Amino acid sequence: MAEEILANHAMKLETEDDIIAVRRRVKEIAEQRKFDTFAIAAITTATSELARNVIVHGRGGSASIDEISDGLRNGIRIAFVDHGPGIADVTRVMSGGYSTARSMGLGLSGSKRLVDAFELDTKAGQGTRVTVTKWKRF
Amino acid sequence: MSGQIPILTIGSTLLTTVHIELRDAVAEAFQGDVLLAIEKTGATGLVIDISGLDMVDSYVARIVAETGRMAKLMGTETVLVGMRPEVAATLVRMGYTMEGVRTALNLDSGLELLGHVVPKRKAR
Repeated sequence: MAEEILANHAMKLETEDDIIAVRRRVKEIAEQRKFDTFAIAAITTATSELARNVIVHGRGGSASIDEISDGLRNGIRIAFVDHGPGIADVTRVMSGGYSTARSMGLGLSGSKRLVDAFELDTKAGQGTRVTVTKWKRF
Repeated sequence: MSGQIPILTIGSTLLTTVHIELRDAVAEAFQGDVLLAIEKTGATGLVIDISGLDMVDSYVARIVAETGRMAKLMGTETVLVGMRPEVAATLVRMGYTMEGVRTALNLDSGLELLGHVVPKRKAR
């Protein structure tokens, strides 16, 4: 069955306070959709990591939150978009050993392990889009 | 931003509860406050209670682990207490173990771990 978008929330990511706002919104949605506490912690933590990346590495951008359904179950899909420098060495960053001043190199690799689907699209000089999906467990 | 996270003294132990969002400025002030309190009180133990946090990302984890390492340099042992099940699961799944910081289930066991035995009040 095709996926259906039940609702969308577009939010800006420009300051540290925006990270908190996006994370809170994701948490509210996950709670409303009755995700369990482990799934809520996973998606809010991934949100926090990826939102911080947008600000610290991408010089700001946006988050687009979709409440989705595949007919059987509900999910949350979030796209984090920035127009920063892009990621030059994706393999190295995804290995988790890449460390920067403000994160421990776990932002991307760690987030990937917390969600059901993870897509990374980056172009040098053009920016980065990371899309994550978390489905509600039965 | 200093003073946003209260630090209490129990005998030779400092107790602090992280219950608010650790924005950059708050986090830095928190670390400074803890180290100054150690110097002032001569505390040999530091308990950081995170039972109020339902989410700990790598940023918050780093701040907490760093604070423990800083305290260690001053001769103070740190115990992290009150981590919720979903937080523990998330941190490990992300690949982060709180290296260099001892942990305990709750405040009681944390104080016990530090060798700080608090006499239990007798039932009347």
